[in-house]
Amino acid sequence: MSTSNKSGGGDKIAEGKVGDQLEYVTMTINGQWFGIPVLSVQDVLGPQKIAMIPLAPPEVAGSLNLRGRIVTAIDPRMRLGLPPRDENETVMSVVVEHLGELYSLLIDQVGEVLKLPSSRFEQNPASLDARWRDISTGLYRLDDRLLIVMDIERLLNFDKSIAA
Amino acid sequence: MVHTIKGTCGFLGLPRLGAVAHVAEDVLGKFRDGDLQVTPDSVTVILESLDCIKSLLGHLEESEKEPEGSDEEIIAKLRAIADSAGPETTLDDMEAAFEAASVKPQEETMTSAQTVQAELDKAVADAKREGAAKPAAAATEAALPAESKIANQNIRVGVDLLEHLMTMVSELVLTRNQLLQMVRGQTDNEFAAPLNRLSHVTTELQEGVMKTRMQPIGKAWAKLPRIIRDLSIELDKKINLKMIGEDTELDRQVLELIKDPLTHMVRNSADHGIESLEVRQAAGKPDIGTVTLKAYHEGGHINIELSDDGAGINMEAVKKKAMDTGVVTESQLETMTDQQIQQLIFAPGFSTAAEVTSVSGRGVGMDVVKTNVEKIGGTVELSSVAGEGSTFVIKIPLTLAIVSALIVEASDQRFAIPQISVIELVRAAGNAEHTVEMLNDAPVLRLRDRLLPLVSLSQVLRIGEEQGEFDNESETFIVVSQVGTYSFGIIVDRVFDTEEIVVKPVAPMMRDIGVFSGNTILGDGSIVMILDPNGLAAAGAKSSVGSAADAVDEDTNAAGGEETTALLVFTSGAGAPRAVPLALVARLEEIECKDIEISDGKPVVQYRGQLMPLVHSQEGQTIEDEGKVSIVVFSEDNRSMGLIVDEIVDIVDDVLNIEINADQPGIAGSAIIDGKATDIIDAGYYLTQAFTDWFQSKATRQSADGKSKRLLLVDDSPFFRNLLKPLLSAAGYDVTMAGSGDEALAILDSGGDFDIIVSDIEMPGTNGFDLARACRKDDRWKETPIVALSAHTTKLDFERGREAGFTDYVSKSDRDALLSALSQSLTMMGDAA
Repeated sequence: MSTSNKSGGGDKIAEGKVGDQLEYVTMTINGQWFGIPVLSVQDVLGPQKIAMIPLAPPEVAGSLNLRGRIVTAIDPRMRLGLPPRDENETVMSVVVEHLGELYSLLIDQVGEVLKLPSSRFEQNPASLDARWRDISTGLYRLDDRLLIVMDIERLLNFDKSIAA
Repeated sequence: MVHTIKGTCGFLGLPRLGAVAHVAEDVLGKFRDGDLQVTPDSVTVILESLDCIKSLLGHLEESEKEPEGSDEEIIAKLRAIADSAGPETTLDDMEAAFEAASVKPQEETMTSAQTVQAELDKAVADAKREGAAKPAAAATEAALPAESKIANQNIRVGVDLLEHLMTMVSELVLTRNQLLQMVRGQTDNEFAAPLNRLSHVTTELQEGVMKTRMQPIGKAWAKLPRIIRDLSIELDKKINLKMIGEDTELDRQVLELIKDPLTHMVRNSADHGIESLEVRQAAGKPDIGTVTLKAYHEGGHINIELSDDGAGINMEAVKKKAMDTGVVTESQLETMTDQQIQQLIFAPGFSTAAEVTSVSGRGVGMDVVKTNVEKIGGTVELSSVAGEGSTFVIKIPLTLAIVSALIVEASDQRFAIPQISVIELVRAAGNAEHTVEMLNDAPVLRLRDRLLPLVSLSQVLRIGEEQGEFDNESETFIVVSQVGTYSFGIIVDRVFDTEEIVVKPVAPMMRDIGVFSGNTILGDGSIVMILDPNGLAAAGAKSSVGSAADAVDEDTNAAGGEETTALLVFTSGAGAPRAVPLALVARLEEIECKDIEISDGKPVVQYRGQLMPLVHSQEGQTIEDEGKVSIVVFSEDNRSMGLIVDEIVDIVDDVLNIEINADQPGIAGSAIIDGKATDIIDAGYYLTQAFTDWFQSKATRQSADGKSKRLLLVDDSPFFRNLLKPLLSAAGYDVTMAGSGDEALAILDSGGDFDIIVSDIEMPGTNGFDLARACRKDDRWKETPIVALSAHTTKLDFERGREAGFTDYVSKSDRDALLSALSQSLTMMGDAA
């Protein structure tokens, strides 16, 4: 993980903010680009053996073994109301930590780590699907695509999703 | 400090040191309590005594023995001071003391006291240091050096650190298991030997770390003697607490968790268990009641037995309470064994204490105890003998971190079941000794003399293909499991071996799935869920297995679902078998024909101190002179009647769907039961034959009408509910039953749909009038006809009923009137609409 040696303004280090630059790990889900603050990402894994958990909420895809720790696999597609993944498609995992527990987000592809100036961060348009707005803080308009910033906390807050 | 020295000396046999310290302590104690004024003289003497102690210590260090000689002088001085204490201290004494002390006596004395303390501390510290420098000192003789050596061998370690160590060791165990699995079966592997060694070391390390977490159970008991003492004073009982096996060690995590439940149970034993002095004397028991706590290891568990020699559990009180609180129904109680009734004290919200004392009966009952114990994978069992006392046995695992578990497979997924709850394994297949049988769609297994309810793991977890029918030909395994005293079987596809697993909590979002207690990583690196047998039993009970009485009672709010009713099938004369709802039957008896007497031209038999009338179920049936007859006993309000039948055939649980409305008296209709046309008898007909006034004392209701109208029947007596159900069904109503006004309201609120409501008037809680008023206020039920049933049918009663909102008001004893009232009310409604 590269760290910019820029001084000052490190008030939101945990969210990958360095100076007025924010770093994001980018990934695709169903063709859409998403970004997660780089410092909240613990690991990026290739295809894993995922053990199913019966009776679990639909978002929970199962659990996987990450070097002796049990990681709960979450499929954001369910939260976003996207169609389930094709069986043949590759699955990658982005491991994040939330309240001391590890979660792995199942995604399609991992892209590069992008450094983006915080000035370019924008609010989500009001017309965005409520399910999408629910898990995202805002977006970046990049030259060739839109990058939606995923809010891990909200994504993993299940009580809210059930109530919504 | 002086006290410590004294104590240690007494212990180690150093009389001189002990004597001096003892007297010095007396004096210091009196200073502290204010019994004795601190005077310069006395301080001097104390300091002298300290010097004396120091010198004795010096001798000890050198010679490891107390020096010869006597300390009489200093002891006498100290005594003199100590004895001058007490209330007799005169004003003069005090004045003299003040004078002798300097201008600020307070400060001075304070300082002196501090000096004394400081000196003492120093003396002992010196002694310790020097003692430590002489490792050769014999521990038995050299008190302080020995103490200091031990002190140096103990270190304080934070619990966090130990927890972390434990976690790391757990991981190590997992990795070891993983390696072992990889090498297993390869005899010539070069890693085999070192791995073997690693395995041994790991096991020892694991045991060692576990030991650091072990604490004697006595720690959790420390407060109990005091609690018992306070209780015995408060309750004016004499209670002796015996504690056996305080040294038994268990994991401190477990210890913390059982501490409160244990305290609660001990209180209970003393409060509810041990009788008052008078009662004990009357029963010829020793005055002093005994509560015994006993802890011992057994297998990988610790058993804690708590027994008292008190009154035992009052079965009648438990029954009454259970019914009052609605934990069970009257009919359920009838079928329960004493053992099962005793278990009721573990039901939520249950407390037999007649009134709330400061000691117990505050609503935090045994259910909390049970829940807490079960939370840590333990069980509570209870056995009680009336008049002789009760014994609780708590069985808990030694540790929570690593458990031994049985690995099973269902629908290609593996799960772990903690070994503690597995009793045995049974292989079942079409051609094997054991076969899974279906009882009303619920799988059961005949195991030895018992019928074991089964839970299919795949079905409970909703995994694998939807199997409508359980395939009982293929090979399956049944894991017989026990939760408390409830045994059940878990159907799994395969059983693997047992494995030591490290329990890890599941992620927060899955905590409310009741059937898992955690998850773990197996030796091969795969993750499996750990099943919680408590949760499985609960899930299983919900989905399939319920007792017969449950089935009858639970149909109250099944809106349209197929309800099953437990029926007793018997034969009587020729023709179709007959059946009666089991809930109506009090018991089945066989009586000697010669015991049957004739009274007033009717057969009667002496039964439980009463004359019980007998009724033939078949016209023209005669009683033989010899042999036995089977009778079905119906009973209510201390009155019983016996129905003479030819043979009791079976008890079946089936959907009661009365098809033909029979004309024959005593037959409510016919239904297909167990594949055979069966006459459902009208128990009411026989009851009135036996007692013409049977219905006048209690509420009843009957129905009539053509179409299948939905009818809500409210009555607090399960007997009459069950009596009327077949009648109303026969009259074409779709009957839903409620046992109380409150229950009826709940059913109405939960969206049940009814064309007519029939309600008893006299009910505990919400009575019939209240119910009618409530319905009239509700828009949905404003128009619904409500028919009241009552034993009182005076004009005044009618008026009151109409005021409350009843459409009609009929006498309980008049069944025809009820049926016509029902149809009239409905017709009126139809016209109005």
